[in-house]
Amino acid sequence: MIGLNTFRENLRDKILYNLLFFALLLIGVSVLLGMLTIAEQDKIVPDMGLAAINLVGVIIAIFVGVGLVSKEIERRTIYTIMARPISRTQFLLGKYLGLVLTLLVNVAIMSAVFVATLWMDRLPIQASLFQAIQLICVELLLVTALALFFSTFSSATLSAIMTLGFYVIGHVTVDLKGIAEKSESQALKAVTTGLYYLCPNLEVLNIKGAAAAGHMVALSYQALASAYGLLYAALLLTAASLVFQRRDF
Amino acid sequence: MDAIFVEGLTKQFRSGWPGQPAVTALAGLSLSVRRGEIYGFLGPNGAGKTTTLKILMGLMKASGGKAEVLGKPAGHVASRRGIGFLPESPYFYDYLTAEEFLAFYGHLAGLEGAGLKRRVEALLDLVGLAEARDRQLRKFSKGMLQRIGLAQALIHDPELVILDEPMSGLDPIGRKQVRDLILALREQGKTVFFSTHIIPDVEVMCDRVGIVVKGKLLASGTVEELVSRGQGRTVEIVCEGFKAAVPPAITAARGQVLPRGNHCVVVLPDPDRLEDVLAGIRLHGARLVSVTSQRGSLEALFFHPPDGQQAGGHPGERV
Repeated sequence: MIGLNTFRENLRDKILYNLLFFALLLIGVSVLLGMLTIAEQDKIVPDMGLAAINLVGVIIAIFVGVGLVSKEIERRTIYTIMARPISRTQFLLGKYLGLVLTLLVNVAIMSAVFVATLWMDRLPIQASLFQAIQLICVELLLVTALALFFSTFSSATLSAIMTLGFYVIGHVTVDLKGIAEKSESQALKAVTTGLYYLCPNLEVLNIKGAAAAGHMVALSYQALASAYGLLYAALLLTAASLVFQRRDF
Repeated sequence: MDAIFVEGLTKQFRSGWPGQPAVTALAGLSLSVRRGEIYGFLGPNGAGKTTTLKILMGLMKASGGKAEVLGKPAGHVASRRGIGFLPESPYFYDYLTAEEFLAFYGHLAGLEGAGLKRRVEALLDLVGLAEARDRQLRKFSKGMLQRIGLAQALIHDPELVILDEPMSGLDPIGRKQVRDLILALREQGKTVFFSTHIIPDVEVMCDRVGIVVKGKLLASGTVEELVSRGQGRTVEIVCEGFKAAVPPAITAARGQVLPRGNHCVVVLPDPDRLEDVLAGIRLHGARLVSVTSQRGSLEALFFHPPDGQQAGGHPGERV
């Protein structure tokens, strides 16, 4: 019920429509760009389409995700919700699932427009694109869990900064490991190694480049990458629940 | 079994900075609310009323002591089935219509289908918002929000209703509507526990009253019991011809001097000090006109509680 209400709140929040509009615009621009560079059109349109879906999804996940709990506390709506016979974990999971539902609906709509764009441009609709979209969904589940986790103990602004930081670092963890191996400074080595193990490796979930070029990844890789992302999200939700149990409102 | 039982409840708020002292909001508060009564939890701002209510609802954890609601530890998830709660100046999901709002809270309380629909209808009627059922809460006035807030607290027909300052900020019509709703709950055999700093509300509605100051319960009982204990009784002395300043005997007895034309009215909170004050007035050369013993009021008790603890709003003391 909390999840469905969160979904309803998101639907009535105009920012989602703006972001959706932005995504559609981006896909439209990709078609225009593709027309200008005729030889690369079959690469540019899928590339930009996937990037747009990913970017809009991440923006929603972070900026709506960090407000899921903090907004309830700031507006004091949580008082009457927690007066009902539901546990704090149920509340947290409800909020999470509500945003996940919003994100999945958004990704589904954007993907439908994306596929329609490819079809109208007579470009191939390849299975690799759906593999990339599926892993984008897993990444969004993880980023939402990250945003929710931070928002259980810090303000919305701080949570957004931390989630964004983790998201960026999550895409360069391999480079961090490289820096750690090459660095002669023990302190830098310790920090980069710590960040490498602490932050999720989001590049595992990024197969957009290969997918746009029509290259599929092995199903075993897809399954393993998905399991990694989901497990990480589950750990974050467990941690969020533990922190949330101790909070005073 | 009491509806609410609190014993030695303490709550301290730690400062976010190391080295800063903690702030005590509750300092060993004890009280009990019987089933079927309206209990007024009276105290100035910062006395610890909201903190107590939040602990009872499980929104906050106590630092120490015991708090039970409907026979279960405060905050117990299952016990909340029997409780309806309206926080102070409530904020709700303002994108919902009145009907959606009540249905949502009904769902959270486990109501479904036709039963829920009937209950939503009945409560919209009860709080006089049937015509505003399709209006979003963001378009509601403060009085309407308070009434829809009461409706959500009652949607699951709870046996205990906990209200935090339910009449604050309302105009006289709104206050009367909320007051009538609370009195109607007693007719239905519900227990109502509400906090307030508005004394007349307590005098009109409550079966029993508890006065809380600086995180401690100073007095508890029926309004009659409290005012007949002495602290609530006052004596009014009318005199004329004060030559200069107020006689020290009046100041020492915490008397209030009110000029009335040629006369002067001295309100004495402690009747035991009457002789001293009369002697002081005569010594000062003033002429005594009349001495009247007044029936006590909660207001007098509120301002001059037992043990000399002033009820002036202190937001918790530092330890």
